[in-house]
Amino acid sequence: MELTAATTVRKPVAEVFAFWRDLRNLPAFMGHLEEVRTTGERTSHWVADAPFGKNVEWDAEITEEVSAEKIAWRSTGDADVPNGGTVLFVPAPDGESTEVHVGLVYDIPGGAIGKAVARYFGEEPHQQLDDDLRRFKQVLETGEVVRSDGAPWGKRARKEFPQRPAQPLSDAEWEKGPDA
Amino acid sequence: MRANTWAGRNKVEVRDVPDPKILNSRDAIVRITSTAICGSDLHLVDGYVPTMQDGDVLGHEFMGEVVEVGSGVAADRLSVGDRVVVPFPIACGACAACAAELYSCCENTNPNAGIAEKMFGHPVAGIFGYSHLTGGYAGGQAQYARVPFADVGPLKIESDLTDEQVLFLSDILPTGYMGADMCDIQPSDVVAVWGAGPVGQFAMDSARVLGAAKVIAIDKEPYRLRMAERAGHVPVNFEEVDVRSRLLELTGGRGPDKCIDAVGLEATHGSAHISAYDRVKQAVKSETDRPHALRQAIMSCRSGGVVSVIGVYGGLVDKFPAGAWMNRSLTLRTGQCHVQRYMKPLLERIERGELDPTRIITHTLSLEEAERGFEMFKNKQDDCEKVVLKP
Repeated sequence: MELTAATTVRKPVAEVFAFWRDLRNLPAFMGHLEEVRTTGERTSHWVADAPFGKNVEWDAEITEEVSAEKIAWRSTGDADVPNGGTVLFVPAPDGESTEVHVGLVYDIPGGAIGKAVARYFGEEPHQQLDDDLRRFKQVLETGEVVRSDGAPWGKRARKEFPQRPAQPLSDAEWEKGPDA
Repeated sequence: MRANTWAGRNKVEVRDVPDPKILNSRDAIVRITSTAICGSDLHLVDGYVPTMQDGDVLGHEFMGEVVEVGSGVAADRLSVGDRVVVPFPIACGACAACAAELYSCCENTNPNAGIAEKMFGHPVAGIFGYSHLTGGYAGGQAQYARVPFADVGPLKIESDLTDEQVLFLSDILPTGYMGADMCDIQPSDVVAVWGAGPVGQFAMDSARVLGAAKVIAIDKEPYRLRMAERAGHVPVNFEEVDVRSRLLELTGGRGPDKCIDAVGLEATHGSAHISAYDRVKQAVKSETDRPHALRQAIMSCRSGGVVSVIGVYGGLVDKFPAGAWMNRSLTLRTGQCHVQRYMKPLLERIERGELDPTRIITHTLSLEEAERGFEMFKNKQDDCEKVVLKP
């Protein structure tokens, strides 16, 4: 499965590139990612929350890097769902913003895992990447993922539709947190 | 706290809901001292806006006192104890739309942007108490409200103006003003305003302040037309006269130079069969909006004129007079109001006495009486023009 999406962030290319290049930042805005740990100059360890209730983990390496222009990576070893991605950073015509063009590739296996992954992405898999990029833009432009009463848990907003009512959370809901 | 909530189509209910909490670092919590019922709240209650949920706190016109601020709000921008009016569109102040002062199109404040995008092509800003399509934010017909990006939107009121004088800076005064502002009014202009509700009244006052030679008010409610007439505008009752003929009479056959639609998607029409046509199409969902006022404004406007739309539309309209619009070089301008752009200059006009927003208030009720307020406003009982609620 191949997904592509783009957004424009009102920040200089160098800053936008640097934020993405620090892969530890990715879980702040990518819905399915729990954690990305850097394990070397070009290698990293990724943890995603999986549709079947346990986490999926894999190692990845950066395969191409051109400062303030491009990053590409791919999973290594025997990842359950081999995957890779490319991000292009392009100065926008307004002279102050950065276009971010993302392409992701998932090599979805057969069997139970493949079915679970397909179910996870649903009928509109690109929507998740669109939402990820919207949050990427929010974090860079405003400092954090924006929350509302209907979608109080930031990057989990999409999962919550139809949402809780647009009224403040009770103390009990607040304590239970997003996975209640 | 107590809050007025959506309880299904044609039903609002004041209930106990939890007090708001800080969810983002740039939030503030405001203790509300005055709030109001807006005509656009009626669109929600009448069931014309999708993605409402039972329990949604309503209200997007409110002001009060800051009682808590998040860690990301700089003290020189907003502090506990400040008296503020809160603009209805939630805007981040940092994106390209905000940089262009298009605050109601803010690119970052709608957590449900993906849903809004499906409906509108591109997403729109978050709005308080205005469906999940605009973010699912609890509204301000309540004792307290959480205000995101509190360092961007809220306007501090440091003079001793009353709540009633400044409350409408939250929405309807800037909305009416933007309707006139988009008309690029010249001293020779005759401006016609469809709808003499609160926004229409303020569009008329704004057209006058911006120098229009004559301002015409079009409605069917005698009390609303009388209110416009008392403010110096020329009333036209569409149930009593043919609007087009009357407008030609009032403009020496030219038609109004600038036309403002302050009605929107639930328009009624003097012609029963056209009204019925749209009502039926709306009922079977093959048209979501009834655009009589917009059609008539386009047909009435003089060639080369401007039609400015501030009445709310939500979806699709039928029989849009594209031929008149195109062949007669009309300019169509519109937008949910970019309130933050207008708050300060309008506050100054209020301070100078050029605009008196209090003139439209007909009812002041307690928050507990919100349901009665909605009833009166919707059914135009007791000459109801504008209801202010006191939590």
